[in-house]
Amino acid sequence: MTSSLSGSRAYPVTVGVAAVIVLGFLGVFFAWPVVAILGLGLGGGVGDVLADPATWRLVAFTLGQAAASTVVALLAGLPLAYVLARVAMPGKTLLRAMITVPFVLPTIVVGMAFRALLGAEDGNVGAIVLANAFFNVAVVARTVGGLWSHLDRRTEDAARSLGASRMRAFTSVTLPALRPALGAAVAVVFLFCSTSFGIVLVLGGGRYRTLETEIYLRTVRMLDLSGAAALSLLQLAAVVVALVIAAVARRRGERTLRLRQATDTARVPQGGEWGVVVAAGAVLCGLLVPIVALVVRSVSGDDGWTWAGYRALTGTGAGALEVSGVEAALNSLRTAVDATWMSLLLGLLASAVLVSLRRRGSAETMDAALMLPLGVSAVTLGFGYLITLDTLPGQLRTSPLLVPFAQALIATPLIVRMVLPVVRSIDDGLRGAAALLGAGPLRVRWEVDIALSARTVLAAAGFGFVVALGEFGATSFLARPDTITLPVAVARLLARPGELNTQLAYAVCALLMVVTALVVLIVERLRVPTAGEF
Amino acid sequence: MHRFLHRTRIAGLLAVAVLAAGCSFVGARDDGGDTVTLVTHDSFAVDEGVLAAFERRSGLDVEIRRAGDAGALANELVLTKDAPIGDVAFGVDSTFASRTLNQGVFTPYRPRNSGEIPQRYSVDPKHRLTAVDVGNVCVNIDKRWFAEHDVPEPTSLRDLTEPRYRGLFVVPSPVTSSPGLAFLLDTVTAFGEHGWRDYWRGLVANDVRVSAGWQEAYKQDFSGSGGHGDRPIVLSYASSPTAETRPDGTSRTRALLETCYRQVEYAGVLSGARHPEAARRVVDFLLSRRFQEQVPQHMYVYPAVRDVPVPESWSRVAPPPRDPAELDARRVERERQRWVRQWRDLVQG
Repeated sequence: MTSSLSGSRAYPVTVGVAAVIVLGFLGVFFAWPVVAILGLGLGGGVGDVLADPATWRLVAFTLGQAAASTVVALLAGLPLAYVLARVAMPGKTLLRAMITVPFVLPTIVVGMAFRALLGAEDGNVGAIVLANAFFNVAVVARTVGGLWSHLDRRTEDAARSLGASRMRAFTSVTLPALRPALGAAVAVVFLFCSTSFGIVLVLGGGRYRTLETEIYLRTVRMLDLSGAAALSLLQLAAVVVALVIAAVARRRGERTLRLRQATDTARVPQGGEWGVVVAAGAVLCGLLVPIVALVVRSVSGDDGWTWAGYRALTGTGAGALEVSGVEAALNSLRTAVDATWMSLLLGLLASAVLVSLRRRGSAETMDAALMLPLGVSAVTLGFGYLITLDTLPGQLRTSPLLVPFAQALIATPLIVRMVLPVVRSIDDGLRGAAALLGAGPLRVRWEVDIALSARTVLAAAGFGFVVALGEFGATSFLARPDTITLPVAVARLLARPGELNTQLAYAVCALLMVVTALVVLIVERLRVPTAGEF
Repeated sequence: MHRFLHRTRIAGLLAVAVLAAGCSFVGARDDGGDTVTLVTHDSFAVDEGVLAAFERRSGLDVEIRRAGDAGALANELVLTKDAPIGDVAFGVDSTFASRTLNQGVFTPYRPRNSGEIPQRYSVDPKHRLTAVDVGNVCVNIDKRWFAEHDVPEPTSLRDLTEPRYRGLFVVPSPVTSSPGLAFLLDTVTAFGEHGWRDYWRGLVANDVRVSAGWQEAYKQDFSGSGGHGDRPIVLSYASSPTAETRPDGTSRTRALLETCYRQVEYAGVLSGARHPEAARRVVDFLLSRRFQEQVPQHMYVYPAVRDVPVPESWSRVAPPPRDPAELDARRVERERQRWVRQWRDLVQG
């Protein structure tokens, strides 16, 4: 149904070229390095690791904490998604910016904030779950809210007028329609949580371990490559299983929907809907607590309040960094701009290929392949780059471009996840009508697919930008000292003694939040004028 | 639809403008000249003027590449030894030196003034690694806390298992932290292969807190830095008190000099370096007086070259320990993994 009118019949070459670009990028910057580093470790020792019961406890804990975190993120994110999509109120732009901020915060800082707030100094699983959810609420709210705002409200209203309760109308009309977005959000959040590194390390106190932290320790600290390879294979297997489950859920959920302009579907809440709004408010307050805590930390000194950290932003923290805080902010923006256009290009090409593939199986395989980078340890990829990319021309192994490449690997699947459900739910009748009116296949794509999904594409680009801004694992591994980004600067500053370095670290963190909020606000501004699109 | 297309065009133009305005790394390129790449760890820091002066004098362009902490650095060097990621490396410490030497990461080079480096720091008779600086991992205390609570300050490792210091000590884990690993080696040296586990049992019974990283222990749980934490005893460095000095020149904290473990950091020319001559000049630079003199302020460690003066405040608040513990590098390489595993079973089992 989604591919009855596809470009592949008319323009197999175009689709083929797009597929080659996407898969080529994935092959060179993901598959090759990962296979190379795993290959170094395979052979001796892998069997021993797999036979060790401790390994399986590790797998169970990894999946368990990821599942729990996903559930919490989903429960917290849905009320926010509802408010963003359905409630007509002023200041929604600001709300969207605010809930996005947690997503970019450096994990070491959030970990330390939760550690202090929850008294989790000796390692605490509950704190790990809450902190993971804290990061991912934005993913749920934005992914689900995006589709929700386009759902035709009249279907629900019809159910209500036929006597269905509000809950019944939600579970039997709205929820099924949201399923593609829910499936996408769950898959992404689960992958993020199962590869969560800094949070597990800080809040686990070194006591609680996941596959991700263990792969890091074995690779970076022990150079036990065979142990790391065995664990990486397990991690990959777990990710593939999760993706298959997500794909099955999606397959049953995706269908043609009547998409509406978002402003048509928002209104003032009525009756019980206020309960959801209150829940959303409570979630928002929960998100704000750690943020306020770290802002307070940035201005508190030994003897009361101080602006010393902010004044030091123009400096390099007594030589701790090669660049100033301000330059790190510019680096962050430049890197994120590159990562965004790369991932947008790849994401749109991939989406075009995915809707055009006639065989469901090949579409799903390619879809899953695109998602894999979310489930592979940044350190596996980083060490993979070290041993492979020197054979490519142009000193790529030490190029500043490597950082946006790695960030694009992570942002691209998120963009696909956001764009694809919308593109797939476009009524094929529209495409047919356009073709009937004489539009060529490309023109059909442009006038129908792109036009209808423009809001989502823009939102996805903004989210890709935010992902790149906040990315830490691969960036800290690959960034050169003169091109470090804000999150990396925070981590470097926190690694040195002295009160001023601490204050500066938290001030840099505040700067990162401001930059993120500004970017989201600008993207939102760009979105508004597309109101005439339907 | 036309309004939409119009907007799209504007967005497109905006995107081109953003890229053209230099908000991108596409098109950014290295400047030419003789570049030499120094691979080092995240804690490396150097006075900008000193580095610039060296670059001017030598005509070399020093590119710095960081590779995580000292352990990560050593392992990256081993992994890339057939196609090195630079010409010269600095920051491999005594804990990981043996691994890099066994794997043939470095090639021999004896700098001009290597005679001025105390013999006790040398790790390789073939001169593949040269000592550049010396750090000491020591237990630190918050002096004010002990004065306010009228508790005598501890002095030795053994003191930390006494009931009166119960619940006061926080230490980073040897599994996840470099100073944490040094402290484990410290206890092995102090109490021997048979005694160290009993000592740790005593620490656990005395409610020691183990954090994943040094950051949480020192910046959050320790009461002496910023005054926010609740534990007045922490594992850090002999030099940490210099970062906690007050306007009157005294420090709020003190390192217990009987609890220290020495970590020497080395530099060496990488085998297969593309610019071996330039790499040797960088090693000379690291041992030059100008570099050695700024090592304390920038990296919180002591110069390795004999008779290089340290800042006046250092001799006052952070004197070096007279006789720190140290284990033979080869023994560390052989036993490290087993000790860490035993520690894990014991403390976090």
